[in-house]
Amino acid sequence: MSHPAWSASTTHTRRPERELMASEPITGGLRTAGNLFSFGLDTVVSLPRRPFQIREFIQQAWFIASVTILPTALVSIPFGAVIALQLGTLTRQLGAQSFTGAASVLAVVREASPIVTALLIAGAAGSAICADLGSRKIREELDAMQVLGINPIQRLVVPRVVACMLIGLLLNGLVSVVGVSGGYFFNVIIQGGTPGAYLASFTALAQLPDLWSAEIKAVIFGFIAAVVASYKGMNAGGGPKGVGDAVNQSVVITFMLLFFVNFVVTAIYFQVVPAKGS
Amino acid sequence: MGVEVKVEGLTKSFGRQVIWSDVSLTLPAGEISVLLGPSGTGKSVFLKNLIGLLKPDRGSITIQGNDLTKLSERKLYEVRKLFGVLFQDGALFGSMNLYDNIAFPLREHTRKSESEVKRIVDDKMEMVGLAGTERKLPGEISGGMRKRAGLARALVLDPEIVLVDEPDSGLDPVRTAYINQLFVDLNQQIGATFLIVTHDVNTARTVPDNIGLLYRRHLAMFGPREMLLSSEEPVVRQFLNAQRQGPIGMSEEKDVGELEAERQAGYEMPPLPPIALQLLPTDGQVRAGQRPPGAWCQANGVTPPPGSFQDPPGVAGSAGNARHAQSSGWTKPAGRADDDTLALPRVEG
Repeated sequence: MSHPAWSASTTHTRRPERELMASEPITGGLRTAGNLFSFGLDTVVSLPRRPFQIREFIQQAWFIASVTILPTALVSIPFGAVIALQLGTLTRQLGAQSFTGAASVLAVVREASPIVTALLIAGAAGSAICADLGSRKIREELDAMQVLGINPIQRLVVPRVVACMLIGLLLNGLVSVVGVSGGYFFNVIIQGGTPGAYLASFTALAQLPDLWSAEIKAVIFGFIAAVVASYKGMNAGGGPKGVGDAVNQSVVITFMLLFFVNFVVTAIYFQVVPAKGS
Repeated sequence: MGVEVKVEGLTKSFGRQVIWSDVSLTLPAGEISVLLGPSGTGKSVFLKNLIGLLKPDRGSITIQGNDLTKLSERKLYEVRKLFGVLFQDGALFGSMNLYDNIAFPLREHTRKSESEVKRIVDDKMEMVGLAGTERKLPGEISGGMRKRAGLARALVLDPEIVLVDEPDSGLDPVRTAYINQLFVDLNQQIGATFLIVTHDVNTARTVPDNIGLLYRRHLAMFGPREMLLSSEEPVVRQFLNAQRQGPIGMSEEKDVGELEAERQAGYEMPPLPPIALQLLPTDGQVRAGQRPPGAWCQANGVTPPPGSFQDPPGVAGSAGNARHAQSSGWTKPAGRADDDTLALPRVEG
């Protein structure tokens, strides 16, 4: 037995897709993007298909909520505080202390809360979903499910996506409340601002559509995070290491997508909804 | 009672790498077939093509008039209900206990009441010898038990076709013997078409009615067991007798130099070992696909190696032989194709 022959055959036996992608970086990347998009479409098409997996949906929603609520709250307190500190200093420099509350609410509701939601949904929920589906994939559970005549997209992905969207929506509300409270605490207690001015200026700049747009963003983020995580998980390969890689990639891809989508949605929002007083 | 699976001109490649090309074979209804091949010849890939988990590049797979390669996604899920598949590690759902795993297809696809589900699940668990382990999780049991539980789940919807991926991987010889006997008994009881993918030569020699051999990116041979077991074709001979001498090398095929060296060393392939008796159902019934030992050899004028179709020495009594003799006076069950057409040798390459 000659060694070169052995090594040549071993490199040939597995992971042909990886080879393909290495040899054609551009088409490989495009293909992945296309596959991800069609996976998202499949999910949307499967959404209304009966029977909806209510049990799976409730379990997943509960699970996602349980892994995200505490970190979200803990992240949003310092986030609100930082904004309050920055604005507190800035407004004093500009001589507009009475608008501290207004600016703080605007910053938290419009930008901070969808971003914090995005980070937590992608980091905590997305990685958990990806690891779960990835380990099912390498144990051939997904193949077994398909062979038993059950579509894993409908059975597993759709409930997770809907659960992520719902929890995204709720988390966004949580971040807004906790963030604004944190801001209030730091502005009033630490920096010695006036509570009345802070509260009275709440509606000076912010308006209701700000909240709607934030909630819509959160729902979109939930959808994207769950679809990317599911796609990466269901296409994991190459044993336990493959699952680890998939989780890593899913979190990175989700972050990039979410920040980009956040920019696009914000840009559209400013075109559609005129700022107050302008 | 089993359906025929007709595969024609199937070709599959990943990227530029051809896995196998132009594979044509027919799994006769209600019979047990084994697909053999050296490691890495795409046996599992073939299985995944058969159930539509992978799409072949060319060719057709016909089951009950449906070409699996051209069906829509939704129709494919319908046709898949004909299949029961046992994956290598059982592929049980890790979050459910054994009972829920086996009940899963019933709960998803039928409107049976929970008591009816329980009756069927208990029955299947009894069949594979897992009664009393209903509440165990897949992580808590041994590999052999996982395989049997996977088998029970595959059988729960009364499949017409049972596909088995490497039943012997990770099992000790005793458990392998038990699970092989289980396949023969199941085939007798439910009459489904079986396809077992393996590289265990002992399984291939004693279990199936038909044997196929995948080698060098094509199907080297497919036909009745006696045809392959008495074949002089070097690849078939080497593989079925697990020898080093022959065209199959450590990595893939041996190169010309190695074969030449082997020939110059004056090495002759050892004589064919006797053809063993086929495993019989334990309850003494005759399987639909079963043929009397030596029938194919006789019909085709092939002299089997000396000592064939006898109980191996050391097996006390000749109960097996007596039962085989009984089945020699066996009549053709209705609905079976002519022996001549079945025995049509498909030799390629």
